[in-house]
Order: sequence, then structure tokens, then C-alpha cells
Amino acid sequence: MDVSFILIILLFGAAATYFVGDKWASKAALIFSTAALAATIYVTYRYYVGETVNFMYPWIKSPKITLFFIGDRISLTMVLLTTALTPIIVASSFGNLFPKTRAFYALIMFMAFAMAGTFLAGDGLLYYIFWELALIPIYFIALIWGGGNTEERKKAVVKFFIYTFAGSLFMLVAFIYLYQKQYSFFYTTLYNLRLTSTEQNWIFAAFFLAYAIKIPIIPFHTWQANVYQKAPAAGTMLLSGIMLKMAIYSIIRWQLPIAPLPAIQYQYIIVGLCIAGVIYGSVLALKQDSLKKLLAYSSLAHVGLIAAGVYTMTLDGLRGAMLQMIAHGFVVVGLFFASEIISRRFNTDTISEMGGIRIQAPKFTSMFMILVLASVALPGTFNFVGEFEVLYSLAQTNIWLVVIGGTTIILGAFYMLRMFQQVMLGEQNAKVFADINFSEGMVMVLIIGVLLFFGLYPKPIVDFISPELERTLIYIKQI
Amino acid sequence: MNTLIAIAGLGIICLIAEIFNFRKAIIPVTIIGLLGALGLTAVEYRELISSGDVVQGFYNNMIVTDGYSLSFSGLFILLAIFLIALSHDFHKEHKPKISDFVAIKLFLLLGAIAMVSFGNLSMFFLGIEILSISLYVLAASEPKNLKSNEAGMKYFLMGAFASGIILFGIALIYGATGSFDTAEIYKAVVDGTLGDIKMANVSDFFLIGLVLLTIGLLFKMAIVPFHFWSPDVYEGSPALSTATMSTLAKVASIAAFFKLILSMTDQLPGHYMSMLTIVIVLSMTVGNLMALKQDNVKRMLAFSGISHAGFMLMVLYNPIATSGTLFYYAAAYSLTGIAAFAVVLYVCQGKGNENIFNFNGLGRSNPMMAGILTCALLSMAGIPIFSGFFAKLFLFTEVLKTGHIAIVIIAVINSIISVGYYFKLILAMYTKEDTEKREPLPFLYGAVALISLLVSIGIGLSPSMVTMLVR
Repeated sequence: MDVSFILIILLFGAAATYFVGDKWASKAALIFSTAALAATIYVTYRYYVGETVNFMYPWIKSPKITLFFIGDRISLTMVLLTTALTPIIVASSFGNLFPKTRAFYALIMFMAFAMAGTFLAGDGLLYYIFWELALIPIYFIALIWGGGNTEERKKAVVKFFIYTFAGSLFMLVAFIYLYQKQYSFFYTTLYNLRLTSTEQNWIFAAFFLAYAIKIPIIPFHTWQANVYQKAPAAGTMLLSGIMLKMAIYSIIRWQLPIAPLPAIQYQYIIVGLCIAGVIYGSVLALKQDSLKKLLAYSSLAHVGLIAAGVYTMTLDGLRGAMLQMIAHGFVVVGLFFASEIISRRFNTDTISEMGGIRIQAPKFTSMFMILVLASVALPGTFNFVGEFEVLYSLAQTNIWLVVIGGTTIILGAFYMLRMFQQVMLGEQNAKVFADINFSEGMVMVLIIGVLLFFGLYPKPIVDFISPELERTLIYIKQI
Repeated sequence: MNTLIAIAGLGIICLIAEIFNFRKAIIPVTIIGLLGALGLTAVEYRELISSGDVVQGFYNNMIVTDGYSLSFSGLFILLAIFLIALSHDFHKEHKPKISDFVAIKLFLLLGAIAMVSFGNLSMFFLGIEILSISLYVLAASEPKNLKSNEAGMKYFLMGAFASGIILFGIALIYGATGSFDTAEIYKAVVDGTLGDIKMANVSDFFLIGLVLLTIGLLFKMAIVPFHFWSPDVYEGSPALSTATMSTLAKVASIAAFFKLILSMTDQLPGHYMSMLTIVIVLSMTVGNLMALKQDNVKRMLAFSGISHAGFMLMVLYNPIATSGTLFYYAAAYSLTGIAAFAVVLYVCQGKGNENIFNFNGLGRSNPMMAGILTCALLSMAGIPIFSGFFAKLFLFTEVLKTGHIAIVIIAVINSIISVGYYFKLILAMYTKEDTEKREPLPFLYGAVALISLLVSIGIGLSPSMVTMLVR
């Protein structure tokens, strides 16, 4: 059993979910995504005991494209994140009654398939195909099942699509250009190309455009907050929890090893842009009255910090980014789920109309509190581990980066806690807020369990990913 | 070779069938006949491969078949089968004339095949005239509709000029090289031998002739700045004729142009290439920008076709290696075009116009057709896993090999723009409320849309199979 098995389960699951019909679609999606998680754990175990789990099969002769999936420490970690979050996202949508249910769940499954493919692909063009493929389901999920005004939603979603599509097309040109060198798209071949510094500059720029739009790094972020707000909760979770990690993973896997020179040369500009995103996101989050938008901007800030960690090109930075990606994935899915629970009961997204939930729903309030604390990286939560390593790597690069990046954490604590206060505490609200039911509670407990467990004991993940990151760093540093 | 005769015979049978009142049998018989012709082409292809020859000539090399012409003939026959299957429901109000519509399409197919399997410029001209005249008739085939009359008249007048220019170009080439036979012209141009006489170099008359031929064919392909007829004619003609023009006829003229250039000369002069570059860039950009503003789906597809033709011409940067790429692009473009047009025909039947609001709410009222149109549009926009993506990928790869990175970047920017208008249709289908009453879906529309889309996705999953056909 190799990594292709995970993809087959997800793809088959997408088809099966569509064909079992509206009534059973959600259950089928849950079953198949859990099966995919089980398969991933099994494959990771096999990898751990020393077997190769790569998959290779020739596909297109000219240009030479191979169905090549790599299962190494980085990609398996990311696939684990994907397949672990997918059942959670599926389960979190159980409370919503969507029209065309089967299409909705099938698209979620297909999206998981495309994202897992992106993480696994070891052939540049195959990677590009999966990268683009992930765009189609999220486009339809946000477009058809999104909320709010139809015209505004249309505008936001189309803008998102054209932005990301535009960015990735330049990446395609970069890949084709690289292909001409050795007539191969294999990642190891691409790592070992001896590119001149001008070539590296252009290639780096093409990759950067694609990733900066998707992460998003300032000034390519304008699509983000609107789409997060307009998309249905599941779509927002997919976007913020997994999809933007595709870009950060791709920086580690593709951009830096292939074109490291510009990253070193322009390091301060790039890291500066990422840090600017942290400040910008935090400042804007202060002013938001829409819960989803506030979470979107806080996510922008966190992701900027992760990207900054990657671009420091130190072991601590890369490892911190990997840990933070997992932690942020869980916490952001949890927070958006909490906001979805609130808006299911209150039918509003506006913070000033909420309040007084604590009295009516103590269980939900305490869970929400843990998520908020994890989000502001309180020691003891998983987020602290990653954030600390990222800040430490920034300190190695330049102490001022930490000073600026660090202050925003305080800012983050401020707006998150203020949001908690306004949403949860306060006078008894006129509206009735039922405490969370069993399925909602299960999802929350799972997320919180992961965050706390790895917060107290991050060693398994740290040990698992470190060797591969060291190997990647050798490629980055060889120039 | 046999295919040509078979198809001509089939066209005549079609016309005779009407006299003996076999109207009901016309379409099934034609489709079966065309499937037979497809089989014949496959047999010929196998014979060609097993004989080890590169080309085979017939009738004093009037007709020359090779892997390229046989693959394209196969594609044309496949497209014709789809188009004829669509005409059953499209012409249901003109049942008595069904034989005319089918026979004209068969003759059009004949012209298209002649255009890719010529060995002689006179044969080439015959092919292009048969194709064009059939198209004039198809454009004007709704005699009581003013717009259709206008379209036919416009197309005929402009097309006649273009034919005249082509003919003049052929005459100049004959004057320069002393032959209509492409093999002899090639010898004269490349080796500089005219019969037994040695020539110093290619005479200017040949180049002028080449440019005139190019202009005439650019007109037939609707490349900017020779495209002005195309949106009007596409809009005015009956929708099925538009489908024919934008798939079969367009692909045929591009394939013919490519073969013509390649069969006469081995390398194109620098000035010629820079002229072509301007035309390609203009065609991609103008086509896309104009398509953004259209509300009529047929006009939009016309402009999108103009930009796709610009993409396809990019193969001339690396003509020796790219015939497979051109075939792949042509197949991907025309098959998705057929799928898209089948949906357009269904949505706009009995409406009298093809405005974009007709598509409102199709995602709810007929999810299958909406899904097919979505896939077709995504493929045209070049989104992965659909064949349109691979077509663009192969094209960009080949062009980048020759170092024309600027033109690839322009093409990429155009791909981004094209998303804008393809998505306009998708948005209309999925986000607008259904305002129109839908008629039941005729079986053949659904079948053609589905099969052509599946074929198109199929060649997307195993592209090597298709590109290897043309050697």
C-alpha cells in the first residue's frame, strides 16, 4: 500500500458521495474521509518502519510527465493534516441543510483529493495539475452554497478565482521553462539544475506570485477577507485550514530548493512583506464587526508569520512553520466552526448583535475559550510551540523582526479576547442559544484534544519532520 | 483516399434518398456511412504505418496522404458525425429539406478532407472552395430570417474576395516555381532547381504568392485583422451552422494552412515570421478583449474562436515538431466546441436569440447539461485535467523550446482574461434564478454533448495517444 492509495480512496469517495444521493451523502463523505485518514496513518506507519511508499507510473511521453507521488516526512505530514481535517469539516457541516447536498459533499471530497495530490506530487507538472484542480471545487462551493448578497458573493468569488488562476499560470510557465533544461519535471532533477542568478530571479518571481496570492502575502491579499466571509463555513475551513497551507508547503518543497538565490538576496524584502501582513491583518482585525472577517484577518496575520518563518531559511523557521501550519489548521477550523455554530443559532455574523452566550451555553463557552487561547498561542497549546520556533528563527535573522512580529501577538491577544468578551459574555441576549449538541461537541473536542495533546507533547511531530527539513535545507543552502 | 470517394458517394445517396422519399433514413444511414468512412481512414492509417512509407500519393500526386492528413481526416469525420446527429432535432421544422442540410454538411466534410490531403495546389483550392461554398449556403440556410440572409451575403462577398486572393497567390507561386505540385515547389524553393535549371534563390514572386495565400487563409480562419466578418456571420447564421463554422471549418482551415506552409518551404523568412507574430498577438488579444463585452453567446464564442485560432497559429514557431501539438489542440478545441454548442442549441431552441440570460438557472433546471457546458468552458479556459489544458501545455512547451518566451507570456495573460467571459456563462447558470421555461431535452442533443465531452476528457487523460498519431 503506497501513497496513491490515499488519493484513490478520496477520489472514489467523491464519486460515491455523489451517487449515493442526497440522503446518504453526508454519511458517505464522513466514512470515506475517515477511511482516507486511516489509510494515511497506515501509510505513514509503513514509512516510519522504513518501507518506501512512493508511487511511480509513466503517463505522458512528450513532454515527459509521470504519475509520481512522493511519501516523505514533509508530504506525509501535510497529507495527515488534510485527511485529519476533512472528516472534521464534513462533520461540521452536518448541522446545515444545504440544497443539492450530494454535490456539496462530493465537492468537499474532491477538494480533499486535489489538495492531498498537491502535497504528494513529486513531478512538477502533476503538482501543478493538482494545484489548479483544487481551485474548481472551492470555487463552486463558495459560489453556490455561500451566504450573503448574491451579486457581492459572485464578485468576491470570481475575483478570487481569477487572482489565483493568474498567479498559478506564471508558475506553469516557470515549470515549462525548467523542463527545457533537463527534459524532466522530477523534483530532484529540478533541485539540481544549475540556474544562473537571472534565471533564478525570474523563476522565483513566478513561483512567488502564485504562492503570495494563495497564502496571501501583502499586497496580494485583497481577495481573502471577502471570500472567507461569503463562503459557507465548510468552504472557509477548507480554504484557511488546508488550502493556503498548500502554498506554504510549496515554498518549502518547490520554490526555495529550486531558486534559493533570490530568497537569500531579497530576504529582508520578502520577510518584511510577510511581517507587514502580520501587522496589517492584526490592525484590520481590531476594527471588524463581522466575526468571520475578524477571523479572516487574524488568519492573515498568523499565516504571514508562518511565511516569514519559512523565508528565514533556518531549520527553526522551517520546523516552526510546519508545526504552526498544523496548529493553525486545527485552530482556524475550530474557530470558524464556532462562528458557524453561533450564526446557526443567531442568524447573524455581526459581533455587536451577539453576547450573553455564556449564561445559556457554558459548555460551548469553555470550548470557545480554549480555541481563542490556542489562537493567541498561550503556552501549553500547540500553537505556542510553532509560534515560538518561528519567532526564534526571526530573531536569528534580525532582532527587529521579532520585536515587530512579537508585538502583534500582543495585539492578537487583545482583539481575540475582546471578541470573546463581546460575543460570549455580557447581558443575557434576547435570542435563545441552545448549547452545542453531540455532533458539534465531538468535533470541538477532537480539535481541542489535538491542540492540547501536541501542545504538551510535540516531540513526535518534531522528531518526524526534522530530518526531512534538514535535507531540504541542504538543497537550499547549496546554491 | 477511399474516404474521399466514400463521402462523396454518401452525399449523393443523401440527395437521391429524398427523391425516393426515404427521409427518415437519411440521418441514420449517413451516420453509419460516416462511421464506415472513419473505419476506412483507420485502415488506411494502419496500411500507411505498416508499409513504412511516410507519404502515399494518388492520381499523379493530386492527393497525398500521410499521418497528418489521415489523423485530421479522422477528426473531421468525427466532428461531422456529431454535427449531423445534431441536425435531426435542429431542423425538425424543415423536415422536407433535411437531405439538403445533411448533404451540404457531407460536401463540406469532403472539402475539409481535401484541404488536408492535397498534393497539388489546384486540389487544395478545390477543397477550400467546396468548404467555403457549403458554408455560404449553410449561413444563409434560413431564407425567411433577415439576419441569416445578411450573414450569408456578407460571408459570400468577403469569402469570394479571399478566394480570389488565394487564387492570385497560387498563380504567383506557379509563376515563380513552374509547378502546382507541392513536392516540386518544395524542391524548387529549397534546392533552387526548377526542372533542370538551377536558380540562384527563391524569387520574390514566390514570397509574394506565399503572403497572398496566407492572407486568404487567415481570412478563412478569422484571424485579426481579417476577422470582421466572423462575429456578424456567427450571430446571424442558424446556430447549427455557427457550430459547423467554429469547429469543423475553423480547424480545417488551420490544418490546411499548416500543411500548406510546411509542404512548400522548410523555413519561413524572418519578415514573414514577424508579420505572423503581430497577427498572432493581435488575434489572441483582440479576440479575448472583445469576447469580454458580448452578451450573445454565439458572438462570444466567435471571439473566443478568434483567440483560439491565434493560439493554434503559434505552432508555426516550431513547425517541424509541432504537428502533433496542433492536432491535439485542434481536437481538444473542436470537441469541446461541439459539446458547448450542443448545450447552446438545447438552451436556445425556440427562443429566437442566443442571449446569455437564456442560460439563467440552467444549473437547477438541467444539471447535466449545465455540467457539460461548465466542463466545456473550463476546458476552453485551460483548467487542468480537461484536454484544453494539455493543449495549451504542449503548445507552450513547444514554443518555449524555440525561446519565444515573450509570446508565451502574452498567451498566458490572454488565458487569464479568457476566464472572465467563460465564467460569465457559468455564473449565469449557477447563481441566477431560472426565468425561462425549459423544453424537454431532445435525446440527440444530450447524447452528442455527453459523448463529445467524454471524448474530449478522454484525450485529456491519455494525451500521448493522440499526439503520437501524427508523426
